[in-house]
Amino acid sequence: MDIKWDQLLVSGDPLILGSQIAIVLTMVGVVAALSYFKKWKWLWNGWLTSVDHKRIGIMYIIMGVLMFFRGGVDGLMMKAQTAVPENTFLDAQHYNEVFTTHGVIMILFMAMPMLIGIMNIVIPLQIGARDVAFPQLNLLSFWLTFAGAMLFNVSFVIGGSPDAGWTSYFPLAGKEFTPGVGNNYYMIALQIAGIGTLMTGINFIVTILKMRTKGMTLMRMPMFTWTSLITSLIIVIAFPIFTVTLLLGMMDRLYGTHFFTVSGGGLDMLWSNLFWLWGHPEVYIVILPAFGIYSEIIATFTKKRLFGYGSMVISIVLISALSMLVWVHHFYTMGVGPAVNTVFSITTMMISIPTGVKMFNWLFTMRKGRIEFTAPMMWALAFIPTFLIGGVTGVMLAMAAADFQYHNTLFLVAHFHYTLIPGVVYAVFAALYYWWPKVFGFKLSEKIGKWHFWLFNIGFNLTFFPMFFLGLQGAVRRSYTYSEESGFQPLFLLSGVGALILAAGFAALCYNIYWSIRHAERTTANDPWGNARTLEWATATPVPHYNFATLPEVDSLDAYWEMKKNNKGFTLDKNQIKPIHMPGNSGLPAIMGGIFLVFGFFLVFEWHLLAAIVGIGIIAGLIMRSFESNDGYHVPVDEIVKHERTWRGESKWKAK
Amino acid sequence: MKKKKGLLVSAMSILLLLVLSGCETNLVVFDPKGPQARAIMDLINWSFIWIGLVLVVVVGLFVYIIWKYRARPENADYEPPDEKGNHKLEVIWTLIPIVIVILLTIPTVKTLYALEEVPEGYEDVEPLVIHVTSADWKWIFSYPEEDIETVNYVNIPVDRPVTFKLTSAGTMQSFWIPSLAGQEYTMNKMETELIVVADEEGSFFGRNTNFNGEGYAGMEFEVQAQSPADYEKWVKEAKELSPKLTEEEYKELLKPTHLGRLTYSNTHLDWVDHADHNAELYIDPELYRGHGYPGKIFTEDENENSENHENMNMDEEEHGGEHSGH
Repeated sequence: MDIKWDQLLVSGDPLILGSQIAIVLTMVGVVAALSYFKKWKWLWNGWLTSVDHKRIGIMYIIMGVLMFFRGGVDGLMMKAQTAVPENTFLDAQHYNEVFTTHGVIMILFMAMPMLIGIMNIVIPLQIGARDVAFPQLNLLSFWLTFAGAMLFNVSFVIGGSPDAGWTSYFPLAGKEFTPGVGNNYYMIALQIAGIGTLMTGINFIVTILKMRTKGMTLMRMPMFTWTSLITSLIIVIAFPIFTVTLLLGMMDRLYGTHFFTVSGGGLDMLWSNLFWLWGHPEVYIVILPAFGIYSEIIATFTKKRLFGYGSMVISIVLISALSMLVWVHHFYTMGVGPAVNTVFSITTMMISIPTGVKMFNWLFTMRKGRIEFTAPMMWALAFIPTFLIGGVTGVMLAMAAADFQYHNTLFLVAHFHYTLIPGVVYAVFAALYYWWPKVFGFKLSEKIGKWHFWLFNIGFNLTFFPMFFLGLQGAVRRSYTYSEESGFQPLFLLSGVGALILAAGFAALCYNIYWSIRHAERTTANDPWGNARTLEWATATPVPHYNFATLPEVDSLDAYWEMKKNNKGFTLDKNQIKPIHMPGNSGLPAIMGGIFLVFGFFLVFEWHLLAAIVGIGIIAGLIMRSFESNDGYHVPVDEIVKHERTWRGESKWKAK
Repeated sequence: MKKKKGLLVSAMSILLLLVLSGCETNLVVFDPKGPQARAIMDLINWSFIWIGLVLVVVVGLFVYIIWKYRARPENADYEPPDEKGNHKLEVIWTLIPIVIVILLTIPTVKTLYALEEVPEGYEDVEPLVIHVTSADWKWIFSYPEEDIETVNYVNIPVDRPVTFKLTSAGTMQSFWIPSLAGQEYTMNKMETELIVVADEEGSFFGRNTNFNGEGYAGMEFEVQAQSPADYEKWVKEAKELSPKLTEEEYKELLKPTHLGRLTYSNTHLDWVDHADHNAELYIDPELYRGHGYPGKIFTEDENENSENHENMNMDEEEHGGEHSGH
């Protein structure tokens, strides 16, 4: 185990040197600010060790926004590089690293944490519970995801980034063709984050199945809860495949096995198959919660119940089942023959059927409604036509014979951005605007929200629509440059301009958050939108840490809407209030996250002795947890009464 | 109100874009020069009809609904009806997509099978066999019958089917000549096949579409479809004027580099066919060292491997015997 200190930091590129300096300065700044304002205790006790599902959710979302920034900068660099032909802004190697990290970060460290964060905040409230089934495990999930993300992110300044694409196809990703440590980061960082995600999946299945409040049968669950349940199921089914795949890939890279190599009888296509066996369900893991978010928002802002609730549920179940049966459509071109391609063409196209049902159900929810163009609703509306473009081009790609001409071109890239951006990013924005007042007690500015909306939408379409045509002209993905004679220039430039507008849209969101924190009007009304339908709006704003003073009882779908309609369930009898048992904070998950980070780092650099020493720490942590007796605490009745009185007293349907 | 205006603007910009892109550039996928690419284009055009229909119906419905049912001050006390759903409607919008999927599946499957065969009208012409070997970052074309090897360009006669037998010397690539046919992967120790006919003379661009490292962007080649007479002339000249390729030179050639065009009057198939499961590997991880922290590579395994190799080669000879008996 020899450590080559002089080669540890990536050097020789002014962009990277700049980032290294910026990272050090930011870290010094954060530490100094926390010390100056004496906030260390607040940070540790209130946040880093908190098992409160709402706080964990907020931490996930903060992480998601940061990663959106990082992934977005990667995207902008790619667009800057390709805006003009034969550009030298980035060299090939740098560009390859940038598109690899862009993909991994956007999917695994932006989309997933954002959605899991929203699930964390909303699900227990929607089902009338006080927390998730395993609060401490939930915190550990967050820390492992965060540790994985941080490990992945340091790669570009220490050791070199992965450079084999977010799909990391072998044999390129093997030591035979990428002998640096870059792709070790991929194998190990994603493994750590993946364990966290898998535990989240288990946690939410148990939470949703076992912790629903009295009367909430499965078919009375809000649509977002349904989609989260199905997403969690896919996580539990698909992520173990990824775990094993990454493990085999790591064995190849670190210990010289031959699962996917060209030498020693390895099978490179085995990686592609295993990767997409996880990878395609993964797409639905991120898109199904988004469908749930839109269902909630459209129902709320049209003042109507969701049209065809039953067929919506059946649709998501069908989509999740089909998502496991389509993986080969990612490599129709491997020459496996028309019979196999026929089967996978059909299964892939079949996904459009339940998705179409959902589309029409959303449209008919709006029909005869009263549509209010609030910020969350605008995102839900924009989703419909843009996602439609993503969907129909998906059907075009599903037709295997036609795919021979689209595969690996920018047509494909345009398609999946047209599904993932409206399908995930718009949903995340919609959810942020929608549930923000519930969590923080004030709405984000509608006016700045409109800027955010229009800049982002125009920018998005301008960036990605030209890429359909570039693909049909023969421009391929992942190519760091193109020649002048290719004729790709005008559309690439247009796309680059679009990316700038897109970035301005994101900046408007950040400004909106800043502005609203400082200036937005505060509210304590439990239902600030006025037309909400589900249980999370039945309790105080911002939500007290115990969620509900007494657990609500439910006898129909849209429980809160029924409560309002029948003016029932709002009175709170003081005698009903009993001390509430809540889980206690724990420092162990954060520490475990730190140990995993260091362990992973040593493994990446193949310093096995150091890794083994740190690995003992992981085992010690597991043993500690096994013997820990943390029974939580009780919220005293007085505190609940005091809090409930304050917010209920101001409400118009005040308790007597 | 604002929403409507925005929609109009984006619709107009999309239209503008369509017109602009239609005029300035050529969509190579829609400019086929052979029956295979034409079959795919026909399939794509067929899909456009149905997809256009879906787009028009859904977007039309969407615009109509959000316009008609938008909140206005006048309808502030409108109470929307409590609609649970409508089974009849839900069945209809399940069935229509099923019909569309069937309408798209049938020609897809037909085309899939058609692409496997020599195109109609060319069945009687004897196909020209060309072995394609992709390496980092160049394309090697071997004509076993003519005993010619070219690098980064391939000449073919028009109106004669060409069977490309694809393999790779290392990483996985994808072989694509959009004017003539769809793409197919090239994989080490595997052989895939692509049948192509050019029915027009001309020069077409071909490239790798599957990312394979630093030199990927430049991994292009040129296809020249020539009249049979020109082609024969080129074959004759290539055989007479080009040097012979030696195994040593070939090893140099396989190193991760960019090369211009080369022509040889023999083929590397004389000593190695990379599609063969026991073919020797000519890769050296040391040549792929870039910036960043160097990781361990497993050369000792390679040695073990080549020992195994000798044993396997013996089996292979037996196999070879069986095969030649076909």
